[in-house]
Amino acid sequence: MTVTLLRLAVVLVLAAFLVDPHLFQPLFEPLTQNGAPAIYDRTPFWQLAMAHLGIVLLAAVLATIVAVGMAIFVTRPAGREFLPFSRSLANIGQTVPPVAVLALAVPSVGFGLKPTLIALFLYGLLPIFENALAGLSEVPAPVVEAARGMGMNARQRLFGVELPLALPVILEGVRISTIVNVGTATLGSTVAAKGLGEVIVAGLLSSNDAFILQGGIVVALMAILIYDALGAVVRNAARRSGLARTGDKI
Amino acid sequence: MIEIDRLSRRFGDQLAVDDVSMTIERGTITVIVGTSGSGKSTTLRMINRLIEPTGGAIRIDGVDTKTLQPDILRRRIGYVIQGHGLFPHWTVARNIAAVPHLLGWDKARIDRRVSELLTLFQLDPALYAGKFPHELSGGQQQRVGVARGLAAEPEVLLMDEPFGALDPVIRAKAQEDLLAIHERFGTTIVLVTHDMEEAVMLADRIAVMDGGKLLQYDRPEAILGAPAAGFVEQLIANGERPFRLLSLAYVADLAEPGTAEGTPITATTNLRDALSQLIWTRRDAAPVVGADGIDLGIVRLSRVLAEAGCPL
Repeated sequence: MTVTLLRLAVVLVLAAFLVDPHLFQPLFEPLTQNGAPAIYDRTPFWQLAMAHLGIVLLAAVLATIVAVGMAIFVTRPAGREFLPFSRSLANIGQTVPPVAVLALAVPSVGFGLKPTLIALFLYGLLPIFENALAGLSEVPAPVVEAARGMGMNARQRLFGVELPLALPVILEGVRISTIVNVGTATLGSTVAAKGLGEVIVAGLLSSNDAFILQGGIVVALMAILIYDALGAVVRNAARRSGLARTGDKI
Repeated sequence: MIEIDRLSRRFGDQLAVDDVSMTIERGTITVIVGTSGSGKSTTLRMINRLIEPTGGAIRIDGVDTKTLQPDILRRRIGYVIQGHGLFPHWTVARNIAAVPHLLGWDKARIDRRVSELLTLFQLDPALYAGKFPHELSGGQQQRVGVARGLAAEPEVLLMDEPFGALDPVIRAKAQEDLLAIHERFGTTIVLVTHDMEEAVMLADRIAVMDGGKLLQYDRPEAILGAPAAGFVEQLIANGERPFRLLSLAYVADLAEPGTAEGTPITATTNLRDALSQLIWTRRDAAPVVGADGIDLGIVRLSRVLAEAGCPL
């Protein structure tokens, strides 16, 4: 009950700020110096938030398609020998810092959306890939054996049995990947991608703590709410897969 | 009829199944008994080509299974495994309907078949069709597993240690159910177990395997009465042998004219249970009645005991 109320309060505060940030002017005024503006208003906040979410979502969709596709491939008999290779590929994506990816990508694809998307995509690949791999390998052996034994072909087994049973674990990976990228996407503003990082960067350039703080808070609240919402999606998927007993906490 | 013809399977250097030949008659229950690593499961799984033989052939009703597409072959053969392997994300009804669905039966026919099987396995369709496997008890899950194996009216049902995970009471019930189902559908059943007791209770024919070889393939009476020297003899030579032999014959065969005191024994009781009743109630003879209560004479303790001895 208290959690629901808290959740509702966070949603309301965030919505109010995005619609009319000037309502919060008194809160941020003490942080400004020399009469600098307390609220960032070069671009409306809701537009920045939408652009930010859009880029994170696009990266998540692309990373999910590629990572799950890779995990499916390396768990088939034909692709088994590519497992170590694809693992190191996904690991490299996670190891190279997004900032470095941005720096490397800009010369070849230019400024803006594209380098940011590449950095977020690579950064988000590993958690989804590892979870999809775990989910697909943890489908109970007797269930797969029964599916083969009753004459399901490879495609029917994959879509009818393996993926539905691995879904909760795969979604958990998508959840982790998305949350990390909500924060990481702020870096996109350093290469002129539209997003909430713009506010933080503006604050850093003009030594305006109010800008830095409001940019940071909006990103943090969005991350918390998305984490929460995707958690509910994961729990629902786990319940439907029938693998988690009723009452189990995920 | 299933003809297994000089079947072999090699895993690396290991011969898991070594030149096995046997003929399984239509409508019979054949039980393959052996310890783990005897090749019994491998043999079973070669019948529906979950494992491909490295040598020899299997013919079902004269057709070499190699000439059929594996998925198509498997849809014609029921398959039940230990730990049931039910799909946890599907309801009981959808689990049972799996193979009929693959075969493209229409919905009305599938629904009819699911209800029929649930009723047959004493699971009220109204109550159980919509439940998920994790909402059932172990015994119920196992029954749904067998129902799923039988759903598409297969002529052959393969069972790999189907009762292995059940506790003794539920297990005995499941074995009785299987005999009743067999009576009703006449399905050819091939069952794998490590439990000789189970084999004697269920089988028309017992195949004993060890180290990949088929050591003896015969009627249970013959296996118990004249076991092949070596492994088979060891397998059955324990204190239970006379009682196992008794469990294969029925009171009806020993009934003779006369009168006796006490609670009557029904003619369909096996001699093992009859002996147990006679000993417990301290009687030398008991009246025998038919299923409808008709007086069929008496059965004598001495006659039952005579049946338990080593066949000469």
